[in-house]
Amino acid sequence: MKHLWIGIIIITLFNACKSNTKSALPILGYKTPVTKTVDGKAVTDTEYATIPPFKFVNQYADTITQKNLDGKIYVADFFFTTCPSICPVMHRNMLNVYKEFKDDDNFRIISHTIDPKYDTVPVLKRYADKLGIAGNTWWLLHGEKGDTYKIAKSYLQSVSEKNPKGEYIHDGFFILIDKQKRLRGTYEGTDPAEVTKLIADIKTLKAEPDQIAAK
Amino acid sequence: MKLKVTGIIAILLVVIGASCQSDDQIEFKRYYSGGSLVYQQHCQNCHGDKGQGLSALIPPLTDSTYLKNNRRKLACIIKNGLKGKITVADRPFDDEMQADDISPIEIAKVLTYITNSFGNKMGTVTLQQVQNDLKNCQ
Repeated sequence: MKHLWIGIIIITLFNACKSNTKSALPILGYKTPVTKTVDGKAVTDTEYATIPPFKFVNQYADTITQKNLDGKIYVADFFFTTCPSICPVMHRNMLNVYKEFKDDDNFRIISHTIDPKYDTVPVLKRYADKLGIAGNTWWLLHGEKGDTYKIAKSYLQSVSEKNPKGEYIHDGFFILIDKQKRLRGTYEGTDPAEVTKLIADIKTLKAEPDQIAAK
Repeated sequence: MKLKVTGIIAILLVVIGASCQSDDQIEFKRYYSGGSLVYQQHCQNCHGDKGQGLSALIPPLTDSTYLKNNRRKLACIIKNGLKGKITVADRPFDDEMQADDISPIEIAKVLTYITNSFGNKMGTVTLQQVQNDLKNCQ
């Protein structure tokens, strides 16, 4: 019996140490081995999936490309302003992320509309005002439908055209992207507990050495 | 012995009295708990788990005065949706609320839930009331 207790204590301590040393988030998406020649030697390295270049327009009618996100950690999601189902709860939760990081110029939120026909730039601006967001922390992005649907795949998201009932079907995930434009986490945007974890993970990510070093 | 019998009778009377009293309460609880499920399925995404709404986009359900003043219209609002400008909690809202064609009994239950949660206290909204109100939708 005494040995059992000692065993339990050791295991508990061991696990406690493990969770304390957790300081880096995983890198998600497809990995490809890349062989390069460095100093005459062949070196094989792992290349991670990254978000490809893009060009959209935000709620202020400013053009936003991947360059505007250089040196920034950001969170992406897909929505539309007339969405009656999951979007209000997603953006209620996203407001918590916004409030936490709105003074950090190296952080952004981008929300792509999947209904560009209705969600024109003025409609997005009005939505932003009513949501209570200002400044450049949170951009609502308008673009060609094809471009939006294509980039959704890079974020591992599934979006599609209106179904026969006139509804858009889309995932409600928040995707965390690092300064190297790699995927570092996906979070169910409708679940407050997952969004709390996202906020904690953003803080963990910001403290990673290669995020601090990246410009 | 006499005392014992009197005691038992007294206890019986109290029990019967309590159970009679709670008929309305049982009905209220049945409506309220059923209404909480309807709320989660049909209302919560927009109006929030605490009836807090969403900024200036979606009105909160915490304004008891609005609910009381519009008591007879609430069933119609759920069934047919709502368009146009309204003032809730001293703030203007003018985005559209979707119609939701749920049954009168579900409307009664969810209204009982809403009007007795989030700081509201308006008692049971019965099926009878809802059916009457639905006849007068504008």
